[in-house]
Amino acid sequence: MLQLFWLIPFLPLLGFLVNGLGLKWMPRKAAGWLACGMVGVAFAIGVGALFELIARPLADRSVTHVLFPWIMAGDFHVNVAFMWDPLSAVMTLIVTGVGFLIHVYSVGYMRHDEGYKRYFAYLNLFTFAMLVLVLADNFLLLFVGWEGVGLCSYLLIGFWYTKKSAADAGKKAFIVNRIGDFGVLVAMMLTFWTLGTLTFPEVFHRAQTLLTPGTAIPTAIALLFFLGATGKSAQIPLYTWLPDAMEGPTPVSALIHAATMVTAGVYLFVRASGMFVLAPTALAVVAVIGAVTAIFAATIGLVQTDIKRVLAYSTVSQLGYMFLAVGSGAFVAAIFHLMTHAFFKALLFLGSGSVIEAAHHEQDIRKMGGLGAKLPITKNTFIIGSLALAGVPIFAGFFSKDEVLYSAFTSQLGNLGKLLWVIGAAAALLTAFYITRLVVLTFYGTPRDKHLFDHAHESPKIMTVPLMILAVLSTVGGFLGLPLIEKANVMHNWLGPWVGGHGAEEAAEGAHQGALAQGETVAHVGVGHSAGLEVGLMAFSVALAIIGIWAAWRVYAKEPSRAQELGRKFSGVYRVLWNKYYIDEIYNAVVVQPIVVGSRALWRVFDVGFVDGAVNGAGRVLRATGSYLRPIQNGLAGSYAAAIMLGAILIMGYVLLGSWR
Amino acid sequence: MAVSPALYQVLAAVLFSIGVMGVLFRRNILVIFMCVELMLNAANLSLIAFARALGNVDGQVVVFFALAVAAAEVSVGLAIIIDLFRKKGTVDVEQVSLLKG
Repeated sequence: MLQLFWLIPFLPLLGFLVNGLGLKWMPRKAAGWLACGMVGVAFAIGVGALFELIARPLADRSVTHVLFPWIMAGDFHVNVAFMWDPLSAVMTLIVTGVGFLIHVYSVGYMRHDEGYKRYFAYLNLFTFAMLVLVLADNFLLLFVGWEGVGLCSYLLIGFWYTKKSAADAGKKAFIVNRIGDFGVLVAMMLTFWTLGTLTFPEVFHRAQTLLTPGTAIPTAIALLFFLGATGKSAQIPLYTWLPDAMEGPTPVSALIHAATMVTAGVYLFVRASGMFVLAPTALAVVAVIGAVTAIFAATIGLVQTDIKRVLAYSTVSQLGYMFLAVGSGAFVAAIFHLMTHAFFKALLFLGSGSVIEAAHHEQDIRKMGGLGAKLPITKNTFIIGSLALAGVPIFAGFFSKDEVLYSAFTSQLGNLGKLLWVIGAAAALLTAFYITRLVVLTFYGTPRDKHLFDHAHESPKIMTVPLMILAVLSTVGGFLGLPLIEKANVMHNWLGPWVGGHGAEEAAEGAHQGALAQGETVAHVGVGHSAGLEVGLMAFSVALAIIGIWAAWRVYAKEPSRAQELGRKFSGVYRVLWNKYYIDEIYNAVVVQPIVVGSRALWRVFDVGFVDGAVNGAGRVLRATGSYLRPIQNGLAGSYAAAIMLGAILIMGYVLLGSWR
Repeated sequence: MAVSPALYQVLAAVLFSIGVMGVLFRRNILVIFMCVELMLNAANLSLIAFARALGNVDGQVVVFFALAVAAAEVSVGLAIIIDLFRKKGTVDVEQVSLLKG
């Protein structure tokens, strides 16, 4: 299997080609199952290759497969090569595993859609691009995947392109991401300029010697990459496209805009952590932006009434946690949270899809209520996802979020880290509140729309089974990263030696081997040693989660009138949150309108006046000259003959005169 | 008594000039066409005279070529003239000025 791992991305590509070229003649059923099968087989190969990787010794757990040399220009060498190491293995399994479940779910969810085959073609293309992104062994190939997932995101957000809002949302996502991509491109050029290579292992190796920690160049590289990450992973200031991306089909929101693509920025930072540890200032910026995004998006999520938009802001907020972890130097925690988030957020989105279908495409939670009675499976799985998101113990989100917060508290950022911990903890409280509000308004209480309630029905098995599998993963996924007990923390032992740069890698390796040899149970290497502190922080965040859940339950389940009362009492705050801090309006006024006005001016003045003027002017000059010369061509044979004779006489005269001299 | 070669050249020049004047100032296309033939044959006469005077057959060979080409040209030219007459009902070149800018 390990020799075959490079096949993983090509299976979905094959599915895309067959479905894409066979749009006309593929039978509907075959198209859906082909797409599922390709991702499923890719997942199976991934699992096999993972086990072979586990069997290898620690230092030997990185396999590179070069498909062909891609660009060779002077010193610039780039191969199309895939790399299978613990990090890419984890990411591949998340992408193909969660992706497979979402493909299967889509077979049910999209069964009545006209664009069924096109949908699966796009979905497979997305999986291919995402796998290229996570398996690439150099920045350039990663960027190909990066752009590929952006394209698929655009295609799938605007999947129902006859709806103007969907088409607009697609364009918005594409354009906002383009701003971030500019940062990635410049960062790659800067990397090549200073290090002379774009291949990951070489970059990190050379970065140790060629870059001075804390100087301008590594900081600039990290910040420019972060600009790209804010676009792709929806962080302040480029997050605005993600809530609008909910115009796409719900499984797409689950796969692309929650579980996989939006985590690409986090993955990029963990993948290249060996270089970013040299830029502590940039990492501090990443941590601050992450924490601020986490609380900022959570507050917006408090008042949204569209079931998918609440989840979208929740995703933005959770991605903020991941960047908080990255910025705190806890790269393993970031990937851990990425993984658990992929499980429970995919579950929540698919659950919301089930609700939306049951409610005949009504997404407004104010019109729902009491649906739990009609949708028992959806309700129960959704609650499991919510508990995981809220950070209730034993559910996956608890372990990962806790580790993120703990690493922020104990990070090298010092007091800033403690401040960020406060922000993160507050965001956790809000998270528990808004997700409980969502659950209560959707599934509990009295039905607020009788017609909607009466026609609601549980989804077919093909949709509920993926929900149940994801619910199991959301429950047990957290045990991969058990806190306190070093040996039981699978994530740390697996990824720890592979992130954070070579120096850290060797140190961690030595420490791990020592610890394993003695069979000791010690606190995390490099994270801290104070088990008491960790337990204390953990207890605190559990208390916050429970307070959040309890408060939301009290307000929305017990006394629904209280909610309106609170809304009136704080109408100013409420209005600001409801309008999402007017960020879209501000961007529109500050960025979009000046460009529109400027473009119009350029069009009227420069394009019409100058460009068109030059082209038309050239034509006008030729016409004018022509109108003077045209009479010469008078159509009379005699005049032409006279001209010929005149010419002959002139030439003869010239020759004769010349010969006399 | 041998005629001076120069006289042949003078005759050729006179014939050529008559042809040129005819082409320039006559309006009947058939006459113009005959004047063109006159110019051609003036040139032929000149060539033969030189060939004879210089004892070289090159000039005579060229004349044969010129005659052959002229024959072909006459057939094409007459065909065009006949067609023009059918279309326009006239052989006056002043009346025919289709190809003007």
